[in-house]
Parts: sequence; C-alpha cells; structure tokens
Amino acid sequence: MTNPLNPETPDGELVRLAKAGELDAFEALTSRYEQRVFGLAMRMLRQEQDAEDVTQQTFLSVLENLEGFRGEANFSTWVLRIASHAALKIIRKRKGLNTVSLEEATEPSDDLNSIPHPEFIADWRQSPEHLVERNEVRRLLDDALTRLDEKHRLVFLLRDVEGLSIQETAAALELSEGNVKVRLLRARLQLREDLTRVLGDPARQLVRSHHHHE
Amino acid sequence: MKCEELLAMLNEYVDGTVDPAVCVEFEKHMAGCNPCQVVVDNIRQTITLYKDGQPYAMPIQFREKMHDTLRKKWKEKFPGSENAL
Ligand SMILES: [Zn+2]
Repeated sequence: MTNPLNPETPDGELVRLAKAGELDAFEALTSRYEQRVFGLAMRMLRQEQDAEDVTQQTFLSVLENLEGFRGEANFSTWVLRIASHAALKIIRKRKGLNTVSLEEATEPSDDLNSIPHPEFIADWRQSPEHLVERNEVRRLLDDALTRLDEKHRLVFLLRDVEGLSIQETAAALELSEGNVKVRLLRARLQLREDLTRVLGDPARQLVRSHHHHE
Repeated sequence: MKCEELLAMLNEYVDGTVDPAVCVEFEKHMAGCNPCQVVVDNIRQTITLYKDGQPYAMPIQFREKMHDTLRKKWKEKFPGSENAL
C-alpha cells in the first residue's frame, strides 16, 4: 500500500482523509499551511505572540469546521480566510473596537475617482534582487505595510504576497471583486510612494509636466 | 490615453489581464510619458520586493506546542481514532 501522505498528495485528498478521522492527514495539512498563516499574521500584526495566537486559532478553527468545508473554495483560500479574520479581530481589539466585519460598506475613498496620484517619481537606486538581501529592507517594507489601512494591507498581502487571484481574494474577504481591485490599487500605489521616497534616486526624480490635479 | 486613465488600468496592466487593444494604448502612452513609465516600473519592483522578501520563520517551540494542542483537540473530536500518534 502506498502512503497517501506525501508532498504531492492534493489538498482535497488530505481533507477527505482528515474528515474520515485521519490525524496524520490533518497534521499534513497543518504543516503545509502553518508557515504561510504565520507569515501573513506577522505582516499584519508585527508581533510574534499575536501571530502565534492567530496561527493556533486558525488551525483550531480548521479542525472544528472541517466537516462544513465543502470544497467550494480551495483549501488554502479557506485557511487564509480564517487567518485573515483572526488577524483583523486582533487589530480591532487593539483599536478598542468589537466589530470584525469585513463586509462593511464601501468607503468613499474606495472608488476609482479618488485614487491618489503618484507624487514622488524616481527610478530606484538598486534592483529588488539586491534590495531583498539587505536586512534593513525588511524593516522598511514592514513599516510601509503598517502605514496602510488594514483593509488595504490584507488585500495586498493575499493578492501579491500569497498569490491569490482577485476572485479568491474577494471570496476570502467577502468583498466584491471591484472592491478588491480598488483596494489593491490603493495599496500598491501607497507602498510604491513610500518605498520610492526611500529607495528612489533623488537625482533622477521626475516632475510631471502637467502637474495640475487638485 | 491620459495619465489618469493609465492609473486606473494599472492593476490590469501589471497583472497582464488588460485587454490587448488597451495594452497597445497603455504602452503608447508610456513611450511618450516618462513619469508613467517609471511609476509602472516602481510598482512592479514594489510587488517583487514583497513577494521575494525574507519570510518569517515560525518558532519551532511554538510549532511543537501548537501541534500538541491540535492533537489533543483531535482526540476529543475523534475519540475512537487509533491512528492518533
Ligand atoms: Zn502619463
């Protein structure tokens, strides 16, 4: 008999085995996604204890709700969705709020007409390949993320770091695809602005010739 | 295409999901507008930097503790399961 618990075993098969009571299958699923959940939580919360809490809560919740998981989404999307809610809950608690709703009404700032214009435009002094190797760059990246509103931060992390599609991100956060797109654009533009102010070459700063937006 | 219109299509362009006809317009604009070209480059570099950034490693002691907790919960949920290690 071949061991079904190898790295190539699809998530769906492990889910089926776990639902049937196979602890090994559940542990294999946990091992497969725990690093991603922890990384997402660290980038959302920047606090190891909180990130650990989110990670443990996420997999306890997976255990509790596994029967209810019908596979209408990818297992990975489902796990990241649970983790996202857990991370937001901590952020709201820090702010003294009790609501965890992600489905809240679209804010006035979330439409395409109010997308901020790029201000500091300059080529970077170094390529991303060189930058990722520098230790202070992680700090810079995390600081820029922290300055994003958490709703924009989460969309950026799920889409651009975790690699979910627009559709999957929308499903994970219970948002419309249009809303995800606008939030993603805001996040990308704001991060670009922040990073370029530090990484851009001031000697090569460009000024728009028709810089007359109000 | 104006700079504002380009900005509104930025996601689709960077993600390669833009309509081919629009893509031609987009690139025509960038060829004549250096600031927009640089913004697009910056956005691509920003995404790459986050995607390829150093991951956070989960502490090993925490991992062990969490797996213990999960195993305990599992046994409460499936009391009969003999394959529980
Ligand atoms: Zn332009």
